[in-house]
Amino acid sequence: MLEVVDLQCTRGDRCLFSGIGFTVGEGELLYLYGHNGSGKTTLMRTLCGLVAPTQGEVRWKDQPIRKQRDEYAAELLYLGHKNGLKDDLTGVENLLFACRLAGVPVKEEQAWKMLEQMGLRGHEDLPARVLSQGQQKRVALARLLLSEAPLWILDEPFVGLDVAAVALLENVLAEHVARGGMVVLTTHQEVALTSGKVKKLRLGWKEDGCV
Amino acid sequence: MFNAFRTIVVRDLLLAMRRRSDVLTTLFFFVIVVSLFPLGIGPELDTLRLIAPGVFWVAALLASMLALEKLFFVDYQDGSLEQMLLAPQPLSILVLGKVLAHWLVTGLPLVLLSPLLGLQYDLPAATIATMMFTLLIGTPALSLIGAIGAALTLGIRGGGVLVSLLVLPLYIPVLIFGAGAVEAEASGLGGAGHLSMLGAILLLAALAAPLATAAALRISAE
Repeated sequence: MLEVVDLQCTRGDRCLFSGIGFTVGEGELLYLYGHNGSGKTTLMRTLCGLVAPTQGEVRWKDQPIRKQRDEYAAELLYLGHKNGLKDDLTGVENLLFACRLAGVPVKEEQAWKMLEQMGLRGHEDLPARVLSQGQQKRVALARLLLSEAPLWILDEPFVGLDVAAVALLENVLAEHVARGGMVVLTTHQEVALTSGKVKKLRLGWKEDGCV
Repeated sequence: MFNAFRTIVVRDLLLAMRRRSDVLTTLFFFVIVVSLFPLGIGPELDTLRLIAPGVFWVAALLASMLALEKLFFVDYQDGSLEQMLLAPQPLSILVLGKVLAHWLVTGLPLVLLSPLLGLQYDLPAATIATMMFTLLIGTPALSLIGAIGAALTLGIRGGGVLVSLLVLPLYIPVLIFGAGAVEAEASGLGGAGHLSMLGAILLLAALAAPLATAAALRISAE
């Protein structure tokens, strides 16, 4: 279970958010929303441990994440704004290296299959730089199909995807949640989830600039 | 842990193969800087032999400096650095992998090419061999130390100049003992002392630099 206690984050003098607290249990999806600049990405990066909070802490299985960095990392899959793809590597190579780096042993045939499932048939061995924005996102998202991590933290996973890919991703998320996985995601569009429990958290303004 | 290390080395070597211009820039820089001195000074063999170790080492130092900027920057830009930070292996191991790959494509070619360039300075075979050996242990130390600077200046505008200011002072011991070993060997004094110091610097850098670089990367990526 992911537990967030009284989290506060400041950037310079500006307070992005404070007093944030929530839990995400097995089979739950937390849907973060809020206007641009409300600190969604910073909150997600804090959840991953990339940004240190000014106050409060993030706990995974009742332990603060900073005390169990490697264990937490093994159970976490984070996809940020940037796809983490190498321009000069092909889709397959990108997927293989990304999975191996995350400690998931993947065979090459598997990578080909997953990219085909993501609707990239015929584009698997093109360098990522010639792929369109949406196709690059699909390559990055193919990692979800191979991941065994229980916690997924996805920053704007739907950006740049076409209707078919959105439906596909919704399916993948629903399956993950149905298996007892946890998802935290930000998006500007409503996600239709058929199974699991959906929680919502709004980041946004109040008079003092904090939530 | 070893798998992650190997993954990073293989990935970076593959990337270097796909984009050879980056590798060749460093190599050509080294070749040209070293070749300029005989052209500028003229064919006075005694002078050339005298200045050769210093010229080679300063050129290697600057070439290593030139290549540093790219070490983490591309990873930082495309988001793969974030994924490295979130990998379930110690970051210092991944850093060591990156530095090794970086040295294999930017440092090792300089070492291999140095005998050929040594001919321009009329260096005897024994001196050339010593020079190669010092470069072989010295350049990895340069890459390791430079990685700290590259990580600290990540994402800062004008980071290239800052990296030079940060890293060049730290390169001085390597320069002194590297060039010193060649000079001592050439003058018949024996360079064993200098070489031992150079080896000690390499070991120390291999132990400490990845940890420092990992810490710097976590700060820079925040």
